[in-house]
Amino acid sequence: MNNESNSNELEPLNRAERESHEVIDNGPSGFASQLKGFWVTFRTMFKKVNTVQYPEVKEATAPRFHGRHQLNRHPDGLEKCIGCELCAWACPADAIYVEGADNSEGERFSPGERYGKVYQINYLRCVFCGLCIEACPTRALTMTNEYELADDQRQKLIFEKEDLLAPLRAGMLLPPHPMYPDADDQTYYRGEVPGASPLQENIAEPNK
Amino acid sequence: MTTAELIGQDPGWLITVKAFMVFGLCVILTLIAIWAERRIVARMQMRLGPNRTGKFGLLQSLADGVKLAFKEDLIPKAADKIIFVLAPLISVTVCFLAFAVIPISGPVSLFGRQTAMQLTDLPVAVLYILAVTSIGVYGIVLAGWSSGSVYPLLGGLRSSAQVISYEISLGLSLVAVFIYAGSMSTSEIVAAQDRFWFALVLFPSFVIFVISMVGETNRAPFDLAEAEGELVGGFHTEYSSLKFALFFLAEYVNIISVSALATTLFLGGYRAVPGLGFTEAWLGGWFTVFWFLGKVSLFFFFFIWLRGTLPRLRYDQFMKLGWKVLIPSSLAWILVVATLRVLTAEGASQFIIGGFTLGVVLLVLAASTLYERSKVKRQAFLHNIGEMPEPSFPLPVMPTARKNERLVIESHE
Repeated sequence: MNNESNSNELEPLNRAERESHEVIDNGPSGFASQLKGFWVTFRTMFKKVNTVQYPEVKEATAPRFHGRHQLNRHPDGLEKCIGCELCAWACPADAIYVEGADNSEGERFSPGERYGKVYQINYLRCVFCGLCIEACPTRALTMTNEYELADDQRQKLIFEKEDLLAPLRAGMLLPPHPMYPDADDQTYYRGEVPGASPLQENIAEPNK
Repeated sequence: MTTAELIGQDPGWLITVKAFMVFGLCVILTLIAIWAERRIVARMQMRLGPNRTGKFGLLQSLADGVKLAFKEDLIPKAADKIIFVLAPLISVTVCFLAFAVIPISGPVSLFGRQTAMQLTDLPVAVLYILAVTSIGVYGIVLAGWSSGSVYPLLGGLRSSAQVISYEISLGLSLVAVFIYAGSMSTSEIVAAQDRFWFALVLFPSFVIFVISMVGETNRAPFDLAEAEGELVGGFHTEYSSLKFALFFLAEYVNIISVSALATTLFLGGYRAVPGLGFTEAWLGGWFTVFWFLGKVSLFFFFFIWLRGTLPRLRYDQFMKLGWKVLIPSSLAWILVVATLRVLTAEGASQFIIGGFTLGVVLLVLAASTLYERSKVKRQAFLHNIGEMPEPSFPLPVMPTARKNERLVIESHE
């Protein structure tokens, strides 16, 4: 490093002397070595092709491929999203729109005070950079490997909350429903809630 | 009975039928050739190539043709309209003409008449082919000139210079064939190869012919006329729709017809490979067509192989190859062939012929040794450039020089 700064202070002529270099031109290479290229192309004809017959054959993406987003749930079915809008703020392309709302005792979608009432991702704007995923404090927002996101209408490419929400798995209960007995948002955050309990279900029913 | 006498007895209707057959063969071969080229080049690049239209993508070129026909036919405002329209027509017409004298099969029976699949035979058939293929240059030059645009003009000029240069070596490479066959008629040249193919006997001529036929057809690595990276599309930049399709067709028919010419002159035409002569009688003589097409496709594969392997030459390298290598060496070769021919005809003894051959071989060896020496000297000179006076301006550092530079600096301190 030191050497370079020194060389810049030298006179132009000395620099030229130092930086000039030999040009080695051995002319065209021999006939036999030129034939090698023909052998390369000939051999390649019998190699396995790289082409994937896409619509018929679908190859798995890399495991951490940035595809469509997903809004995850807690093991009992409550949504992880707390409507904090950090994802929307992190988004460099302004593709995410979030409106939070208060949970009430009668209608609870997520543990804690707030939940995301409106959640939209505009896939015409999204650049799949993943900054929203880094910003999410509750790991509510992650990305799937799904990449087939083409459509024929612009409206169809604005995904709503119901398009993005993860499906209900076994042991999950469709919100709104109350929190797990004796649990609070901290318990949920630490992952101590094993799944929906029958108690949550009984209270959930009349609200529907 | 010679082929010329055989086809000389054809009635008018049979000639018409044969003309349509030859035309159809050219068009179908073009469609297959475009498909084959795309598939084979794709394989050389580890791709699949077109495989969606029809079985194995066989209908791809047909679909492309239909698509081209439905495109808007543009004529630029600055173009010379009449010549602009005429140019593709010239190109496409003359390349079909060359096929008229190519013998495609031996004696066969067609609609109950004994004939051969050759439209016509002239005593100067090969000269006729050279003549019509050089008219094809007019199509290219006129297209470039009449487009009223710079890139096509440059492409057209390059092309004319190229074809004129390579036509000389192409023609010269044929002289040895004429000397050996004693005729310029294509069917008689085929007949003269019943024992040995001229590709073996006249190997240097064959090599020169193959190189010049690539230059003559504007194909990679000699496709300077339509160098995509430099001239957009070359002479056909301003062409669209069917007129462009005609140029495309002309290019491929040209490739096929020079391949057919090479087959006829050097690989024994429709004749079977030596040792398989009995196959010539199969299917009532029609099997010879397969031999002919097989040899033509061998040449076509060579064209594709070249395209898949070699990068495009620079213009000056290309001209250097044509004028400084191909033309002098084919002139020297003709001299050797003619001398040998005369010696044999005059009834010279084996001793004299052998001595002459030995002399030629020694001369070639001496020349190549001298050339190698001069190359070594040149390299030594280039290596000593470092000791020459320093340039008075700063030179940019090449990435490869960085390492050496650091060493130098360290040793300075």
